[in-house]
Amino acid sequence: MAQTRRTYLVDPLVDNNPITLQVLGICSALAVTSSLQVSFVMALAVTFVTAFASMFISMLRNHIPGSIRIIVQMVIIASLVILVDQILKAYLFEISKTLSVFVGLIITNCIVMGRAEAFAMKNPPIDSFIDGVGNGLGYGLILMLVGFVRELFGSGTLFGITVLPTVNNGGWYVPNGMLLLPPSAFFIIGLIIWAFRTWKPEQVEEREFRIQEAEAH
Amino acid sequence: MKMLRGVFDKIEPNFEKGGKYEKYFALYEAVESFFYSPKTVSTVAPHARSYTDMKRIMIYVFLATMPCLFFGMWNTGHGANVALAALGEEAHTGWRIGLMQWLGFGLNPDNILSSMFHGFLWFLPIYVVTMVVGLFWEILFAVIRGHEVNEGFFVTSILYVLIVPASTPLWQVALGISFGVVIGKEVFGGTGKNFLNPALVARAFLYFAYPAQMSGDSVWTPVDGFSGATALGITAANGVEGLAEYDISFWSAFWGNMQGSFGETSVVMCMIGLAFLLVTKIANWRLVAGCVAGTVVFATLLNIIGSDTNPMFSMPFWWHMVLGGWAFGLAFMVTEPVTASHTNVGRFWYGALIGFMVVMIRVINPAFPEGMMLAILFANIFAPLIDWFVVRANISRRAKRNA
Repeated sequence: MAQTRRTYLVDPLVDNNPITLQVLGICSALAVTSSLQVSFVMALAVTFVTAFASMFISMLRNHIPGSIRIIVQMVIIASLVILVDQILKAYLFEISKTLSVFVGLIITNCIVMGRAEAFAMKNPPIDSFIDGVGNGLGYGLILMLVGFVRELFGSGTLFGITVLPTVNNGGWYVPNGMLLLPPSAFFIIGLIIWAFRTWKPEQVEEREFRIQEAEAH
Repeated sequence: MKMLRGVFDKIEPNFEKGGKYEKYFALYEAVESFFYSPKTVSTVAPHARSYTDMKRIMIYVFLATMPCLFFGMWNTGHGANVALAALGEEAHTGWRIGLMQWLGFGLNPDNILSSMFHGFLWFLPIYVVTMVVGLFWEILFAVIRGHEVNEGFFVTSILYVLIVPASTPLWQVALGISFGVVIGKEVFGGTGKNFLNPALVARAFLYFAYPAQMSGDSVWTPVDGFSGATALGITAANGVEGLAEYDISFWSAFWGNMQGSFGETSVVMCMIGLAFLLVTKIANWRLVAGCVAGTVVFATLLNIIGSDTNPMFSMPFWWHMVLGGWAFGLAFMVTEPVTASHTNVGRFWYGALIGFMVVMIRVINPAFPEGMMLAILFANIFAPLIDWFVVRANISRRAKRNA
């Protein structure tokens, strides 16, 4: 039992990562990763919501009628997201302004819904909670990696602390403006997927088509 | 030549399976196929016998860029010499000017040789960096993935050099070509499997990453302290009439003596290259026709609609064709066979989409004064979709006929 619980927690980090393998939750990964601080808060928020939503849904799983289960799940998830949103507004107002609608949009984050449907509806509460934490952390891991690259090379800082002094402030580093644009996260996520699949070849999908090789005569 | 063949035959076993340098077969193959035609042939249908193999196509495109290249060197050097003459002695700094004076070329804008050589001194470092860095990635991927190093890179490198500003810092040149070769081509499997033009991907990367060095008034003529607005920038602010103030007439823009990247300013030189590609049938005329038609129709439509606030609306299509990268893009990038549509009907639509988009971006979107690069990349993405529709239409037409 302990062994499976550990895999619930560890599996989503690399082997079954929600972003790099299941390709879920991409939208917010593009939008909020221009600085590490914001990425970190977003990762925490999603982990919190996924974990508790899975737990509560799992507690109710035997009482939710199948035909309206999505609505019930949404009510639970939405309540948790509103809770997170209020806390952020109260204690981290600046960051909550940067995150803007993306906190609210956690409600529609595919990872939260996906775990509720695929896992919490079939498993006991504690397992579901651990699974939620694991998936939140898997999401957070990618967010932090992307945020690290984008903030370091896009503005020369990490968590707002100057690492590479930029030309505008009298330093030597010419910041890469493309990394401040959301689409750059596509490239970075793509490169992370490439790295993961080189490391774990079993994640590579089967080829649909192979071009006939030319042969020496 | 016999001797060279002998050398290759002697060292070849070392590079084959089980040989000492098995890993470096791609490198050996690249050098060998540079001198001789490649030994590999396709063994499955369809077969087509032709002397025009990929190597010849790539070399032809490379040759077709030569008029643009030489004119671009003169134009860059001439612009720099004129600017230096205007700025006076204290602006004469940097190794290029020292070398020019030491060799006795002087900095006379009226002397063709002096201008050519000055332009060459700006061209050479960029080209060398592009070749070294680009080939490094090509060879790295070839060795690891076991495909051959391809002549396609010669074309990518020269096109890339011809569309960057002369004053681009060399490390940015290196970063751009790395991005273009790796993300634009190698991750999709190498030459022939890329759906975007790698040279344009490289240029687009630089454009978004380092806008300060890639656009604006002071990057085109490589002289410190000199700034001169680009023709499209002037038009966006004052309309076509405003160009006269800057001594840009239609014919000077047509011949290309104005600011711009190395290769893109002269419409004449681009047309010479295009004519060569059309005669050798490397460029498909349908792509060209589509692009010209798209530009003419949409620009004329915007002329008719008109606008009180945006002077670009009144820009006639013949001005669209001589300013910015339109002619260069048409000659060497729209016609690129790999990234264009592959059906004949689709080629018209693909060209027309570029012609439409370039006018659209230039006129309607004030954030991007130049639209050719983005228009071509945009159409690259749509090329397979256009082909799909053409094929579907063909299938349903035939189904109806036989029903």
